[in-house]
Order: sequence, then structure tokens, then C-alpha cells
Amino acid sequence: MPRPAPASPEPAGGADLLCVCRDTLVRWGKDARRTASLMVGQPDYEVYVAHAEATHPEQPPLDRTAFFRLHEARRFGAGGAFRCC
Amino acid sequence: MGKLKTTLIFGAIAILGAIALAVIALHQGESISAVWIVVAALCVYAIAYRFYARYLAGKVMGLNAKRPTPAVRHNDGLDYVPTPRNVLFGHHFAAIAGAGPLVGPVLAAQMGYLPGVLWILVGAVLAGAVQDMMVLFMSTRRDGRSLGDMVRTEMGPIPGIIAQVGVLMIMVIILAVLALVVVKALAESPWGTFTVAATIPIAIFMGLYTRYLRPGRVGEVSVIGVVLLILAIIGGGHIAADPFWGPAFTLSGTTLALAMMAYGFIASVIPVWLLLAPRDYLSTFLKIGAIVALAVGILIVRPHVQMPAITPFIDGTGPVFSGALFPFLFITIACGAVSGFHALISSGTTPKLLENENQIPLIGYGAMLCESFVAIMALIAATVLDPAVYFAMNSPVAVIGDNAASAAAAVAQWGFHITPAELEQLARDVGEHSILSRAGGAPTLAVGMAHILSGVIGGKAMMAFWYHFAILFEALFILTTVDAGTRVCRFMIQDLLGVAVPKMRETKSWTANVVATALTVSLWGYFLYTGVVDPLGGINSLWPLFGIANQMLAAVALILGTVVLFKMKRERFAWATAVPAVWLLICTLTAGFQKLLHPDVKIGFLAHARKYQDALTAGDILAPAKTAGDMHRIIINDYVNSALTAGFLFVVLTMVVYGVRACLKARKINHPTVVEQPAAHELTLEDEAMDTARA
Repeated sequence: MPRPAPASPEPAGGADLLCVCRDTLVRWGKDARRTASLMVGQPDYEVYVAHAEATHPEQPPLDRTAFFRLHEARRFGAGGAFRCC
Repeated sequence: MGKLKTTLIFGAIAILGAIALAVIALHQGESISAVWIVVAALCVYAIAYRFYARYLAGKVMGLNAKRPTPAVRHNDGLDYVPTPRNVLFGHHFAAIAGAGPLVGPVLAAQMGYLPGVLWILVGAVLAGAVQDMMVLFMSTRRDGRSLGDMVRTEMGPIPGIIAQVGVLMIMVIILAVLALVVVKALAESPWGTFTVAATIPIAIFMGLYTRYLRPGRVGEVSVIGVVLLILAIIGGGHIAADPFWGPAFTLSGTTLALAMMAYGFIASVIPVWLLLAPRDYLSTFLKIGAIVALAVGILIVRPHVQMPAITPFIDGTGPVFSGALFPFLFITIACGAVSGFHALISSGTTPKLLENENQIPLIGYGAMLCESFVAIMALIAATVLDPAVYFAMNSPVAVIGDNAASAAAAVAQWGFHITPAELEQLARDVGEHSILSRAGGAPTLAVGMAHILSGVIGGKAMMAFWYHFAILFEALFILTTVDAGTRVCRFMIQDLLGVAVPKMRETKSWTANVVATALTVSLWGYFLYTGVVDPLGGINSLWPLFGIANQMLAAVALILGTVVLFKMKRERFAWATAVPAVWLLICTLTAGFQKLLHPDVKIGFLAHARKYQDALTAGDILAPAKTAGDMHRIIINDYVNSALTAGFLFVVLTMVVYGVRACLKARKINHPTVVEQPAAHELTLEDEAMDTARA
């Protein structure tokens, strides 16, 4: 499973440790943001752009607003998400 | 070394869990601390997750980390996206956690805390989490196909159609019963009604904001929304006290029911960005926040459980719902122990986002354990209340009368003592005129939560705020389920009607949209309205129907799981899904037949109809009917409920027949016959390198 590589392989010394802590916090923050958006049906835009550029470099990817509206419409569209009781 | 460490850690957890369970089960007389229940639950979950989930993954399902998931195979960055497991866990949990695990345990508390705690734990570990995990596994192996689709391909077209109609019936009952919970919470409560009504303009403002001002800024707009909601809760207190606005927001149950139908119709035909989507943000984040707050509150306050371990009402004579412990406890607590609805979510978006098969235990099994813990917390919130308050709040007017004096006298007969003045004082503390006869779970949970949270922040002065905060959070996410569910039902009805009238299938057609939505709203609206005017509170007849429907769907999912294990030639492990399926079949069939044929008029729909029919023939009018017309309506309702129950029984029995046939057929063939995506192109090293690079 692809996990983000640790910020520094050998955290020696105070400055490096600080870096590791900061990077961990940044990563947690990013994960929390991703989780919160996915909870309301919005996948990560950056991941989509990276994917679109890697696989279809000839087509321009959807912009942020179009991506957002597409997922908003899908969440409540035909065959859209069931919400539990 | 690793093995020894595991043995030591889980040995300690097992001992701690056994002590906690012994305290819960054997304690007599004095009240126990709710922390024991929390400890017992967490120990059970830890052991189940470490050992049983791993057994299911390795032996029963044979998960293969090298087999590409739909997200990897079809990665398009839009629908199929390999998602980090923590992120996906949050998504899946938010989708399965709803009002069900909060309401069911509160109702079941009338039998004492012990039966509820045991069923929530055992049910989740052996049935609910197994179902969620199995469905996620099956759907992942089939490109993320839906439950109905999988029933069709693995069991045949006829069971496929039956399952589809069954899902529609369940949706209607769920929408009706959830709407009823909200009506029961808001009736005659100006404060609650104002705050919930205020969410509509707040959501519309948020919708316009994300559409035109700052498109897509969900986080920002949600923070603004939550601040506005808190202002609405504070403002609600002033509105309720106002001589003009107070009465204007004091609405009767029937008015609220009609308002909800009108609202449900409008909310699901207007563009989703205007109302539905922004309300979804508020309700999702508030729901997660409130669940976390409740967990923290219980740990800080460490309240004592006041309800006896077991009450005399296990014999079926309880005022909250009728029917004996078996089978009705297992029907009343549906979500939290096992919920068929989760099968629809585990075969929805989650399998399309799963990065690797080896994450199925965490997402499928683990998220259900969290949901079960939510149910445990709801049960704690209900049982830390004085039992006299609990029964005064949850018994129908027909049993305890309509004032504090008659209610206090009625609960005293059951052995719980409280003075009328104390009941009135509690109502004042939470900012309501009266807290009597508010069955439906939400108000009881709200008083329990207010009791716990005011112990953390604000003390007695903040009790009214916390009560209305809890009411708002429940009402908000129930209403979001009702609007979104109405839309889902509308598409299902359009699909079904499209068979006869192809034009109905056009989802963009305004006529088709309005016709199908109106049909959906009138279906659940009918059950909602009859529930509201029911003198026994409505929850009494509707909640068991909902429970039967939900557990029946779980049985269908587990039957499908068993069929698939047989077809994979893994039948020696099929007990893992077959045993819970059989248990659910025993419960739902017994409960279904009792609801139909039980001679007690409080339980059996037909007996109730007969009683009114006999009275009508004799020329009598029985309360609550005031005219012969009312009598006719009551009789018709009974027949509608009977027909629905019979429909559920038919669905589940046919699924059993088709399931057994499919298993027997698979046994005779000596090679696997499942319809899975072939594992042919397992991940090559190159793919894996690509995958890492992409991440």
C-alpha cells in the first residue's frame, strides 16, 4: 500500500526531529481535510489532477469548480449515495 | 517475541473485558458506573477485531492483497480512486452512522440496560460487522456492483427483482419512521421547531455561497453554517419565550407532519446545491462532532447507570413498545447490532475507493464496530436518566395521562418514584413546556446528552442549550436522510415505472420528476401521518416494522454471502454468514408473524383490526376514534400494516428458498462458480511501482 515516505530517514538532532513533527502534523491535517471532504462526497482534487495529467495529458482536466459540481450532482443523482437510517 | 507480546496484550484485554462484563451482569442493587459498559465494549471490540476479523479475512474470504481492486483497475480520478485507508474509513463510517443506532437502544432501554448491551455487542461482532465486511468483499470482487445486482448475478433474475422491491419498501418505512422521530421531538416545542426551521434559510445561504461567492469552499462555508446554527439555538430560547413568536412556533404533531411532507417534496425537486448539499455538510460534520462530544462527555463525567439491569418489561408488557424480549429486542435494536441498510452502503461508493483488499477488515468490520459503540453510548445516555423520567418521557398518553401528576402516579405503579414537581422542574431545565410522552428516542437521548454534556460544560444553566443542541443535531441529520432518501426512492420508482411507461425513466423530465417525487412523499407521508395520530404514539407500531424490514435486508445480504461462499467452494466456512443469517431469520419471521397474528391487540395488527371491527358492528366507538369514519380509518391502517408485514415475510421467505437452492446447486459442482472479476491480471511489479509513484 503506498504510504507517504517518512520525512527523514534518520531523525538525528533537534532540528530534524522538529521537521519530522511538523511534517507529521501537516500530513495529519491533509488527511483530516481529505476525510472531511470525502464524507460529504467530494474526493481529492489534487489526486484527480495528478491522475488526469498522467493518463490523459492531451485533455485539460476539469477545473476545481467543475469537479466540485460534478460530484455534488452525483452524490444526489440517480443511483446516488444511500444514507443510513 | 511478537507472538508472546500479542498473547500478553490480548490476554490482559480479555481479563479486563471479562471483569467489566461480570460487573455489568452480576451487579445487583446499587447503580454501576457507565465506564464499566464502555470498558467491556472496547475490550470485546479489540478482541473481535484482532482475531475474528482476521480469521474472516484469511480463512473465510481468502483476501488477496495482490488482486487489484476496482479502484486500482479503473482508476479514473473521479469515481474509482484508490483512497488512503484512514480517509476511506472516515467516509464509510460517516455513511453508515445515522439516527438508527441512536434511537433503537433508547427504546430498548425499557427492558433494562443488560439485554441491550449484550445484543449490541454480540450482534455487532458476529452478525453486523460480518455482514458489512462480507458485502464489501463481494462488491470489491465485482467492480463495486450494488447489492441488488449481486443478488441477480449470483442467485438469478427473480430474486434480484424481489430484492429490489424489498429495498424500496424498506426505504419507505425508514423515511416514515425517521420523520416520525423528528415530529415527536418537535411537537409543541417552539424552541426546537425554531432551530430546526432556521436550518433551512441557513442552508440556502450556504448553498448560494458555495454556488456563486466561493465555489467549492466546503470547509469555510461549514464553519459559517455551524456558527449560525449555534446562534439559532441560542435565539430559539428567546423566540420560545416571546409572547408572539413562541405560540407561532408551537405546532401540533399533525401540522408538523404535513409541513415535513411539503418540505420533503420541495427539498428533493429543487436543485441539490441550494438546500440538500449544504444541509448535508452541516449534518455530517455536526453528527461526527456530537458523537465525539458524547464519548468525551461520558469519559469525563463517568455517569452512573440508574436503570435496573433487567426490568419486568422483558415479558412484553412495557409501555414504550409491546412485545417480549424475544424477538422484539432483536428487532428494536437494529442499527448498532446489525443493519441491512449497511449492505447498500458497503456495495455503493466504498468498494470503488478501496485501495487494497487487505483493508476490507478495517473498513468493513472496523467501521461497524464504531457504529456499535455509538449505539452503546446512546444506551448509556438513556440509562443514566432516572428510570422514572425515562418512563414518563417514553410512555404514551393513553398509559400515563397528560399531566405530571398522572404520569408520576403511573410510573410509581411500576416501582419508579418521582414527584410531579420534579418532572415539571426537569421540563423547565431543558426549556420545554412538558417532557411527557415523547416516545421516539430523540428527546430521551437529548435529555441524557444534556445531562452528560452539561456536566462537562456549563452545568445546569446550560442544560437547555445542550438539550436543544442534541435535538437539532438529530433532527438535522434525520431531515437530510429524509430529503436524500426521497430522491433515492424517486429514482427507484422512476426506474420501476419506466418498465411500463418508458417516459418515466427520463430523470431530466420535469413531469416524471414531480410524479415520482409526489408518489414517494405520499407513500412515506401516509405512514408518518397514521403514526402521528396513533394514540399509542405511532413508534409502537412503526418502529417494529422498520426493525423487521432492516433485519430482513441484513438476512438477505447474509444469505447472499452464504451463497457466494458456497459458490467459491469455501462452504466449510459458510457458517460465518449462515449462523447470523439463520438467527436473523428466526427473529424476523417470529416478529413478523407475531405482528400479523398475535392475539394481543397491542402486538397483532389483525387482532387490533378485529377489535375495532367488532366494536363498529356493535355500534360502539372506541378511543381514539371519535366517529365511525375514524374507526374505519384505524381498521384500514391495520390492514395496510398487515399487508406490509406479509410483504416483508414473502420477500424473506422467497430469498431463503432461492438461497438454499443456489447453495445446493453449488455443492454439486466441484469447481468455483462465482461470478467474480477474474484475478488474471494480478498486480505486476511494474504496476506497483506506478502506483507508488502516483501516490
